[in-house]
Amino acid sequence: MLPVAYYVGLSAILFIIGVVGVLTRRNAIIIFMSIELMLNSANLAFVAFARVHEAISGQIFVFFVMAVAAAEVAVGLALIVAIFHTKHSINVDNISSLKG
Amino acid sequence: MFLSEAVSGGPQFFYLAPWIVFFPVIGLLINIIFGSRFNEKVIGAIASTASGLAFVVAVLLGVSLIGHPEGEIVPLVDWITIGLLQGRWAFQVDTLSVTMMLTVTGVGTLIHIYSIGYMHDDVRHNGDPGRYRRFFVFLNLFIAMMMILVGSDNYLMLFVGWEGVGLCSFLLIGFWYDKGKDGIGNAIAAKKAFITNRIGDFGFLLAAFIMFWAFRSFNFQEVFAKAPEVAAIAPGAILAMTLFMLLGVTGKSAQLPLYVWLPDAMAGPTPVSALIHAATMVTAGVYLVARSAEIYILVPQAQMWVALVGGITALFAATIALAQFDIKKVLAYSTISQLGFMVAAVGMGAFVAGMFHLVTHAFFKALLFLSAGSVIQGIERGHHHVEHDPKLRKLIKGQAHDFDPQDMRNMGGLRRQMKITFIVYMIGTLALAGIPPLAGFWSKDEILAEAKLLNPSVYWLLTIAAFLTAFYMGRQILMVFFGKARSAPAEHAQESPLVVTIPLMILAALSLLGGALNLPWFHTFTHWLEHTLTFVHAGEFNLAVAGLSTGLAIVAIILAWLIYSRRYEALKDLPTAKRPDDPMRSYLGPVFSLLENKYYVDEIYQALILKPYSALARFLAQVVDWQFWHDWFHDTVIAGGFRLFTRLLAVRIDLGFIDAIGNYLGAITRGLASRMSLLQTGYVRTYALSILVGVVLMLGYLLLR
Amino acid sequence: MTFEFILFFVLALVAIISALGMVLSQNSVYSALFLILNLSTVAVFYLLLSAAFLAMVQVTVYAGAIMVLFLFVIMLLGAERLPGKAELLWQRPLAIALGLVLFVEAAYIFFFRSGVLPSMEIAEENFGSPELIGQILFNQYLLPFEVTSILLLVAMVGAVVLSRRTK
Repeated sequence: MLPVAYYVGLSAILFIIGVVGVLTRRNAIIIFMSIELMLNSANLAFVAFARVHEAISGQIFVFFVMAVAAAEVAVGLALIVAIFHTKHSINVDNISSLKG
Repeated sequence: MFLSEAVSGGPQFFYLAPWIVFFPVIGLLINIIFGSRFNEKVIGAIASTASGLAFVVAVLLGVSLIGHPEGEIVPLVDWITIGLLQGRWAFQVDTLSVTMMLTVTGVGTLIHIYSIGYMHDDVRHNGDPGRYRRFFVFLNLFIAMMMILVGSDNYLMLFVGWEGVGLCSFLLIGFWYDKGKDGIGNAIAAKKAFITNRIGDFGFLLAAFIMFWAFRSFNFQEVFAKAPEVAAIAPGAILAMTLFMLLGVTGKSAQLPLYVWLPDAMAGPTPVSALIHAATMVTAGVYLVARSAEIYILVPQAQMWVALVGGITALFAATIALAQFDIKKVLAYSTISQLGFMVAAVGMGAFVAGMFHLVTHAFFKALLFLSAGSVIQGIERGHHHVEHDPKLRKLIKGQAHDFDPQDMRNMGGLRRQMKITFIVYMIGTLALAGIPPLAGFWSKDEILAEAKLLNPSVYWLLTIAAFLTAFYMGRQILMVFFGKARSAPAEHAQESPLVVTIPLMILAALSLLGGALNLPWFHTFTHWLEHTLTFVHAGEFNLAVAGLSTGLAIVAIILAWLIYSRRYEALKDLPTAKRPDDPMRSYLGPVFSLLENKYYVDEIYQALILKPYSALARFLAQVVDWQFWHDWFHDTVIAGGFRLFTRLLAVRIDLGFIDAIGNYLGAITRGLASRMSLLQTGYVRTYALSILVGVVLMLGYLLLR
Repeated sequence: MTFEFILFFVLALVAIISALGMVLSQNSVYSALFLILNLSTVAVFYLLLSAAFLAMVQVTVYAGAIMVLFLFVIMLLGAERLPGKAELLWQRPLAIALGLVLFVEAAYIFFFRSGVLPSMEIAEENFGSPELIGQILFNQYLLPFEVTSILLLVAMVGAVVLSRRTK
């Protein structure tokens, strides 16, 4: 059996990559996908701990996270499409009218 | 004497005492409130009735006193009650006060009746008929105030009346307040009277303060009872009190040095001169000394001073009267002189003689003044007649405005035109000169007899004054009624109406018969006054004194006749320019001018007292009050300092400091805000970055803990 | 060096590389494909961790439905390469720096603070089966389940509303 720390470490690395992706890219969809990556890494941590503690509620939680992620993606992408209709661009730097 | 035996225990009317004040007050109130609707006769009738009713009350009080000679105190109302100070208005009805009441109301009523006719002409001559009512209101007010004065039972109420008659004097002297020299001459004379009286009142007040301090009371009976023991402990207090009272007497009764108001008071209408300044108000001083007799006899030095003041004044005023040309001024100085007689009498201790002379003097001096008024109006009527007759107008060409109806040099020979006035004037003159058997002889002679016994120096002063009195009265009668008329109005003078002459006739009768009051063998008046002034004694008849005074009077009259009748005729031959207006001028020369100018006393007072006082007042008002106090202190120091202070507060502190704090806070906020707003880049990525920064930091902190 | 460890190591490498590829790729489609690969790898991990049901759900829902949705939108918007130059030039280095800091912190935790974690035991056979998940899900977690369904409904409605063209 692998120590659970390995899985948690992997989860952390994926999470960091996701964070850097959110902060670095200008493309709104790429940012969104980076967020999905972060969620995914959290799911991995959940499952790892569920396996260690023999608690099935960890996996239940992952189930719910996936459902919420799906809903969130639906709404988010609808938003991006709506913004694209107005601004004709998915560059998040263009959406800065709250400046100042 | 037997009157009191017959009526002893007789009817008592003491309770009527307050009505002697109330009747005149009611009269004046009716005239004030309703007078504008009445015509002149009704106004005069109301006033005279009020005065007459007061006289009736006085008579009834007198009748009561016959049965109950010790008199009674009739309290009316408690006025002041503060600790020891008890000021009560109560009437002390005794023989002394009833004597005064009878004199004042009796003569007063006659003068009221006289004024009905006199003022009718006077207001028309002076051009304002609307003032008729005011005159009678003031006359009634005077009677009321005089009754308060003589009827009170304590010095406090006496002073109330004292001040009240002073006020009435002022009001009546200044009756024609817009006439006189330069349009304010009468007002100035009234003011002079009031202020000079006030100096006397100041003396009276000081006496009252000392009295309260020594006796703790103002009541006559209490003070007189305690007087001997206080005199033993503190004789200085009694002396000071009596001397200050003397100051009050010199003010009110026109003695030296405060007599100067009386001659100027002739600016008032003639009835005023008769009533107030001859018969009644001026005698208040004599009454005061007589009333305070029990105090005066304890201090012989004060008595000597009183007698001296009276004697010197008598002589002094008589000399001035020799050289006066205004008919009323002569009578004014004569009044001062006769008051000197009275004051000297009560000063020496001859209280009965003084009061007797007071009563007879009231009769004949009032008579003389009223007759003088009749003469003046006769001349005015003549003047009016001449002015309006085209044939006679040319006679007074050029002297219309300056014509003085009171100047004796414009009169002469009036005995033909004004017969009744002449006869009564003659009676008055003889009474004043002291020719027996008229009233003046008996009263003046009693004074002289007492003076010979008590105070010889005063006796000689008074005798010389009596000689001069007869002389100047003879001069007056000769200048006015005898000889030829010296001016056109005098030629055409007319007699006065009956309403004027009838009071004159009554007064003349009183002057003839008044001596019966106290003939030396009956001493009616002495016994009457004995009940109040218990220590008086009956004066003896001194034939030598009587003979000397009568002889001097006759000599004086003959001398006057010689100078003013014979010599005057002789002087007629001189051309007009060199002819002196008075034969005495050629005899006495510069002395006559001195007498004519009243020894320049008024001018001396003006220079020594009034001018420095006005200068001081002006200095205090202009320099001290306005320039220093108001301009400098208030404006510069207080207001300026305040303004400086407010400017400091407003500019330095409020604007400079407090506003600066507010502005500074605002500036900081703005600076802070503008810097903070840089955080709001509008880029979502930066917001996310900041979250990450926070996470990193927190994680680091948790790890390193 | 057990088989499990090698497997884990390889798969971890694949996951990391695919993740990096997703983040660094300039082509959006390539990014999506890299993410699909990453998700699949994670599904294998689930299998290793006795979460069979979840592995299937991951492949079906996450990689199958969600990523397809992503691809649809990428195709729709036609965003291959973004025009314009980058603003906020300071952001990228800062983000990478912070990421590195975070990595260091994670490494620190991994090497020095992982002593508290319990070790894995042999799981029972039933663990992670649909049967067990179903039992727990519909008994204990019924309320969250129903709420999630409403959530999905709301999301659907929201998506429809948001993509309506305003007239």
